[in-house]
Amino acid sequence: MSAQPVRIQRREPPNPSFAGRRAQPLIIRFSHWINVPLIVIMAGSGLQILAAYPSFGPRGALYQWYPFQGEAPPSWLRFGGWLAGARHWHFAIAWFFVINGAIYLMYEMATGEWRRRLFLPRRDTSNAFRMFAYYLRLRKAPPPEDFYNGLQRLAYTSAIVFAIVIVLSGLAIYKPVQLFWLAALFGGYDGARVVHFVCLVLLTLFALNHIVLVALHPRTLVAMVTGGKRG
Amino acid sequence: MAKMISRREMLGALAASMVLAGCEGPRTANFLDEMERLNARFQALLFSPTKLAPEPPESEVTPDDDFPSYFVSDMMPFPPANWTLKVGGMVERPAVYTLYQLKQMARFDQRIRHHCVEGWSAVASWQGVRVSDIAKRVGLKPDARFVEFRSFDSGYYSSWDMPSAMHPQTILAYGMNGDDLEADHGAPLRLYSAVKLGYKNVKYLTEVNFLPMRTGGYWENQGYEWYAGV
Repeated sequence: MSAQPVRIQRREPPNPSFAGRRAQPLIIRFSHWINVPLIVIMAGSGLQILAAYPSFGPRGALYQWYPFQGEAPPSWLRFGGWLAGARHWHFAIAWFFVINGAIYLMYEMATGEWRRRLFLPRRDTSNAFRMFAYYLRLRKAPPPEDFYNGLQRLAYTSAIVFAIVIVLSGLAIYKPVQLFWLAALFGGYDGARVVHFVCLVLLTLFALNHIVLVALHPRTLVAMVTGGKRG
Repeated sequence: MAKMISRREMLGALAASMVLAGCEGPRTANFLDEMERLNARFQALLFSPTKLAPEPPESEVTPDDDFPSYFVSDMMPFPPANWTLKVGGMVERPAVYTLYQLKQMARFDQRIRHHCVEGWSAVASWQGVRVSDIAKRVGLKPDARFVEFRSFDSGYYSSWDMPSAMHPQTILAYGMNGDDLEADHGAPLRLYSAVKLGYKNVKYLTEVNFLPMRTGGYWENQGYEWYAGV
């Protein structure tokens, strides 16, 4: 019985392959900061495209559950000027977003960075719950963290998942006939539009959270600019 | 490996800074034009001349009143009494068809989802003649690489790549949901295809021209994408 709390308190043993490695290696910093303008343009042009038909569901069968049918996103959130312009931006910048994401993921896989960054349910679940309880003031002290805490890992990993799903659902909307199987995965063309938009909302919530938490822990911002200390 | 990654990374950064450097002006326009060309190639690569769009079940057919329609003229265009379809360009046997003659040809019926550039979709069935059947009748010359569709709706037109025009689900439709095509949907004859966005499907047809070059289109000339495949 008494062994359990000891096990929970134990930190992950430091992975020897991270010795001498910066907290935020160059490629990760690069990919992170390039993502900022890319995502801003993708989101803005996406909302401009949405404004052309700000509804969800096929004609004559709009989805009942969506409360904002017909309400266009505010113009200050849009980018690209008009539908055709926004589409050109969206389909141009999408390539850079995908390439940037692919480089990031390949780098994580090739270097083993994923081990200290990604959410691994067995390792991180209970830590994430306790961190969440700490934020809710249900716990006095935060759980121990190694490189990241469990909740951080969960947040960053979900953002990656949202990004992958937003790309796949976007491809399904772009090519609902040639990539029919992909559209079917999202419940068809109109389903893919919903998934695409929900991913944008989730990524936006992530980004807002991220900005608040970075503002509360400015040292993480420094690390994402300079690379931080070598481990 | 690391070297390759950093070079691609650099290219990404370069492109991103290009984007930030000029939100207006010729540099941006060039960048977007280049990317549109790249995307047209990408779309042509994804295009399969034999893959058929799935037919949604009949229960998904959009009620008539909910299926949007539009024209660019001030008033709804109506065909002249002696309406015919002219088929010409780089063909062996230019032809002129009456609606009656078109209806005598092999009839093709498809129920497909319409994808509008605005983002909405709607389902209808369309009855008509395959463009590829017309092409066989008139006999294409080797340098016919694009197809231009013209209308009597204030000069509305659009030009297509040949593979999309020859797709089995690209038809000249005289019927919609089993009835004669109505004026608001492009009577007496319109182009209808499963593999292009709505604005490529010219209504109120008057001419089909097989050409050696692409000639733009009504929306395409105003900045909308030319390939516009789905």
